[in-house]
Amino acid sequence: MDTKKELVVSAIENGTVIDHIPTTAVYQVIRILGLENHEDEVLIGYNLESKKFGKKGIIKIKNKFFDHDDINKIALVAPFASIITIKNFNVVEKIQAEIPNHIDNIVKCMNPKCITNSEVIPTSFDVVDKENIKLKCHYCEKFTTKENIKFCE
Amino acid sequence: MSNLKGRNLISITDFTKEEYIQVLDIAEEFEKNPKQPILSDKVVATLFFEPSTRTRLSFESAANQLGARIIGFSDPGATSVQKGETLHDTITMVASYADLIVMRNPREGSSRYASEVSNVPVINAGDGANQHPTQCMLDLYSIRKTQGTLDNLNIALVGDLKYGRTVHSLVQAMCNFNATFHLVSPTELKLPSSVKASIKEAGLKYYQYTDLQEIIPTADIIYMTRVQRERFADPMEYERVKDSCILTGSMLQGCKENMKILHPLPRVNEITTDVDKTPYAYYFQQAQNGVYVRQALMAAILGARE
Repeated sequence: MDTKKELVVSAIENGTVIDHIPTTAVYQVIRILGLENHEDEVLIGYNLESKKFGKKGIIKIKNKFFDHDDINKIALVAPFASIITIKNFNVVEKIQAEIPNHIDNIVKCMNPKCITNSEVIPTSFDVVDKENIKLKCHYCEKFTTKENIKFCE
Repeated sequence: MSNLKGRNLISITDFTKEEYIQVLDIAEEFEKNPKQPILSDKVVATLFFEPSTRTRLSFESAANQLGARIIGFSDPGATSVQKGETLHDTITMVASYADLIVMRNPREGSSRYASEVSNVPVINAGDGANQHPTQCMLDLYSIRKTQGTLDNLNIALVGDLKYGRTVHSLVQAMCNFNATFHLVSPTELKLPSSVKASIKEAGLKYYQYTDLQEIIPTADIIYMTRVQRERFADPMEYERVKDSCILTGSMLQGCKENMKILHPLPRVNEITTDVDKTPYAYYFQQAQNGVYVRQALMAAILGARE
């Protein structure tokens, strides 16, 4: 399995591989990272076998590199994702996704009375609890938690 | 001393403890001499997207007494908001007409957003159930004035502690001053755990009660709030608890001499009128203090006082 994974990873010359995505979250990751608009190759796999998770998803993005703050946003939907940076077919960095301190324009505020739900305003949250995922809205100051997270369209 | 010129006041946490005290000190000066034309070259816009009697009149009285001109509306039905104008566009326009914007809007977070759109300072006069920081500052002013200090007091909060934003803000603010909190409410309307957590984080104590009589001998301040029928899913439940948080004159026997009763108003029946004539009633003076505190805030934010 590990050998096979290494082969998959090294199949792109330069770019980023995101591994161990829950199969159900693959398209959310694509949306969060804006990969619909990436002009180079993007390879998407899901329902792949994983010893650790049963099934998993993987995304390989050719010629695309991310800041840690940007890529960490995916931890909201893929908390165990590995982010692997490939240069000249070699793994130059492998990190675990970690929820950032601040999240902009990804998640909707759960408070229906929040101004961000009635005007076109990018949402903005401080992450107050990374373990249980608790986000405080910058505008209405209400908390959005793991159970009621919805993503911006 | 901080320079408050150009600052926004949206949430009670926007100012530090030292900055609240600075504003209270300026307000004391205005209480002694409220009519000073120090803002005669300024225009203050009061934008009230929902009805408010006390807060709007208090702000407008404060601005008038400082010589400022006032523009604005108290009924958005007569404005372009009714035509579907966005808050963004309304604020951008008004910011070009005024030196300061005072806004009440039922949508939560609207004042924070307005402060980001506006190039003049914004004071939040209430954004739905979220924040109403000038109410909290006038509460602090009233507490300090009647007790001579903000430190080490026994603060009893009574009534709707679940939804009452004034209660939440006051707890947050008093956590800076080593208060002990006595919380009296029907079980359905207890203080939310997130607010209790902030008391614990500050290393302070709170006690919960359902019987108002229990806190009378201990309290330095009794902060009364209205229990609203619409907060109850079950009307029978409202009928059962509605009288449990009513303060009457006869209950005040045995209270501390320095004790004062506050209420953000409007009152319905939670303080009986026989309390009004006792030396403990302070709610009408409290509302009057709102004018001095708002004068102080406007003067400091517009750079006329430090």
